[in-house]
Amino acid sequence: MEILYLLIPLSVVLIFLIVGIFLWAVKSGQFEDMEGPAHRILMDDDRPQSPPDE
Amino acid sequence: MNPSAISDCAVQECFHCGQPIPHNTCYPVEIEHISREMCCRGCQAVAQAIVDGGLADYYRHRTAKSGTAVLDAADVVPEWLRQATLYDLPEVQHSFVRQEAGEIREASLILEGIVCAACVWLNEHHISSLPGVLSVEVNYSTHRARVRWDNARIRLSEILHAVAAIGYTAHPFDPGRQEQLFQKERQAALRRLFIAGIGMMQVMMYAVPMYMATGDGSMPPWIESMMRWASLVLTLPVVAYSAWPFFLGAWRDLKLRQAGMDVPVALGVGSAFLASVYATLAGHGEVYFDSVSMFVFFLLSGRFLEMGARRKAADAAEKLVKLQPAMANRLVAYPESWEDELVPVSSLSLGEHVLIRPGEGIPADGLVAQGTSQVDESLLTGESRPVEKKGGERLIAGTVNVDSALVMKVDGLGQDTVLSGIVRLLDRAMAEKPALAQLADRVAGWFVLALLLIAAFTGAAWYFIEPARAFWITVAVLVVSCPCALSLATPAALTAATGSLTRLGLLTTRGHALETLARATHFVFDKTGTLTRGKMSLLEVIPLGALSGDQSLQIAAALEHASEHAIARALSAAVETHGHVLETGETANLPGSGVEGVVDGKRYRLGRPQFAGELCGRMAPESALLDRNGATVVALADKAGWLALFVLGDALRPDAADLVTGLQHRGKTVVLLSGDQEGAAQQVAGELGIPVVRAAMTPQGKLDYVRELQNDGAVVAMVGDGVNDAPVLAAADVSIAMGSGTQVARASADMILLSEHLPHLNASLDVAVKAQQVIRQNLAWAFAYNLVAIPLAALGYITPWMAGIGMSASSLLVVLNALRLIQSEPDGANTR
Repeated sequence: MEILYLLIPLSVVLIFLIVGIFLWAVKSGQFEDMEGPAHRILMDDDRPQSPPDE
Repeated sequence: MNPSAISDCAVQECFHCGQPIPHNTCYPVEIEHISREMCCRGCQAVAQAIVDGGLADYYRHRTAKSGTAVLDAADVVPEWLRQATLYDLPEVQHSFVRQEAGEIREASLILEGIVCAACVWLNEHHISSLPGVLSVEVNYSTHRARVRWDNARIRLSEILHAVAAIGYTAHPFDPGRQEQLFQKERQAALRRLFIAGIGMMQVMMYAVPMYMATGDGSMPPWIESMMRWASLVLTLPVVAYSAWPFFLGAWRDLKLRQAGMDVPVALGVGSAFLASVYATLAGHGEVYFDSVSMFVFFLLSGRFLEMGARRKAADAAEKLVKLQPAMANRLVAYPESWEDELVPVSSLSLGEHVLIRPGEGIPADGLVAQGTSQVDESLLTGESRPVEKKGGERLIAGTVNVDSALVMKVDGLGQDTVLSGIVRLLDRAMAEKPALAQLADRVAGWFVLALLLIAAFTGAAWYFIEPARAFWITVAVLVVSCPCALSLATPAALTAATGSLTRLGLLTTRGHALETLARATHFVFDKTGTLTRGKMSLLEVIPLGALSGDQSLQIAAALEHASEHAIARALSAAVETHGHVLETGETANLPGSGVEGVVDGKRYRLGRPQFAGELCGRMAPESALLDRNGATVVALADKAGWLALFVLGDALRPDAADLVTGLQHRGKTVVLLSGDQEGAAQQVAGELGIPVVRAAMTPQGKLDYVRELQNDGAVVAMVGDGVNDAPVLAAADVSIAMGSGTQVARASADMILLSEHLPHLNASLDVAVKAQQVIRQNLAWAFAYNLVAIPLAALGYITPWMAGIGMSASSLLVVLNALRLIQSEPDGANTR
């Protein structure tokens, strides 16, 4: 049980770390467009020039 | 137009925009080795530009067809695009372009025509491939693009042209302070919500073992104490940062000596947190950290969703408002020379002369100095037929010159124009609007008072019974009654209902609109542009000679082929659905009379009956020419005699009848208010079955009429679209503007019908009524919960975990109940 002496403070530190990362994400505009990136990832440029698939 | 290729074009739909391909046309483009058919030269040019740019992938990824190309034909550049070079002028750029070091500039553009994610991809790649463009970012949710470019290498107008070349429309816009303010607000809300959320989760992690261990002694005291301290550390930012707006709101309310919903919230959060801090420091007593953080999280998520829905509504409305610098053609040395220069309207001064070409808007008030033309004043009068203007007659800013070029002497600018006068009338009416939104806050006031009394009474009573428990039981009363459900009851339902309405194409721009819409007893409609289409279309063809109606129509459309007149457009629009256009020879346009020309080797005249009759030398058949209730009659004749009469007018929207019967079915009184003549208004009312009609109304008259109804106790919903409707829209209890309506009308309306699909109003009414029911159920539940929970807490039966569960359960129930409003998916609502 003594391990909790370490684990509980650790969990608090971890939470603050997560909050810090999130605040950075908000600041850098990651939440500005909630729809676009989901589609964007499907449209990659580096497709080899291939004959039409129809 | 290659006749041999006609048979090859077997496809029915344009590959680019999905419009049907006209019969005798063929505009192929080779896309990824397959020849695809386009409907017009515009689409062909756009598709070719996309393929040439190496962006043919677009067609592979898109999930919806593109809009029809803006450029009708490659060589006909639309007016606004020709004016795009104006955006290069420093004084115009001043308002929307940000300058960086050197020649690097940045601007925000509104992109029109974006229908799917592939459009975003296409635009980004196309614009960024232009030399001189440094970066492009397109936001799919808001349809805004941010472009940075090097002004030494490329101009803004070239970027706008490049966007037009691939079939989209880009307008610069001024992001303005409003926009930046919203950005900041949203980011702050996100931060608050996240901190509350993660705090709630972790505090719950500590709370659950503590609850489970209660009593059986399996948890050593040092663990419990440590968990309490950890909870305190994590709840502190939730209370101090995330819940800050509630404290701020409560403080504002108290200073104004009124009690809003924020007061009980702040009271609950504050007292529970302070008591828990005390318990942690002292080492005994109850802690409510989990309830506090959960409570804050629930409230914030409700507010966040509400903000999003409101913003979406405002955004869609704003998108219709384009920043177009009002430009005028100033005649530098009139009357000596006709040399003109394009200048911003703001730099015009009184007494100067401006040239107004056909199709252009009139930039200021003034008098006609030279020329005769038809002017479309429907914006002001609601009259759909253009009015003829001769020398010395008055022109009003904002109306549109239809026919031929005019020279105007400016005599009214800025605040002195007729339009500004109407806007002022509107401002006044809006200021007088009753504040209905305060009702919910009044309820909160009583609630706080009752709550404080109960808490004080409980504290006092326990002080005499068992002083040691008095403090903790008082805290329990305050926590358990945290008016979570109460404060979520209305916003949650309103947010859900607003979302449903937005899907129906009805935007809600003001908070009270839903509530009032549900209570409305009278629906007052404007005629032109609301119940009717607001533009001229062919109502009827009366064949008089040997030819059938369809044949005559084709000849007429061929004659008017080159014209942009309202009548010509109506005729071509009618023939487009009926087949091909005939080959035309020379045509001569005689303004004010009609057209004479050769079609298939025969000479025809189309125009006023008198003018057409001169060709065949016979008088028109009188009976057929009788007054058609405000409609325009155009005659077609050849040398041998009369061929046909075309009746043109403002056609009813096809679904107007559905709307009226639907409203009457729901027990509403329908009224028609029109600026038009008695006959035209009566006819429309008769066709739709509207019992109450007031015709030939001025804006002031409409306003008075609505006031009169309101004085008699009616709750008036006004539906309109024109500038002349704006004051009455503002004065009505709830107002709905058509999406295609004027900007002023939209600005003054509580709701905007973007879908233009009238029966959606009926569906919206149902949603509004249902939303009222849900709000009432939610409030009833919140009160019932408090009615049970508060006495239990006051009697000392409530432990912290019970308070936490009770609170969350009641909030969840309220939110879930509100979500029912979203699930009632409107049938067939997917209209554009």
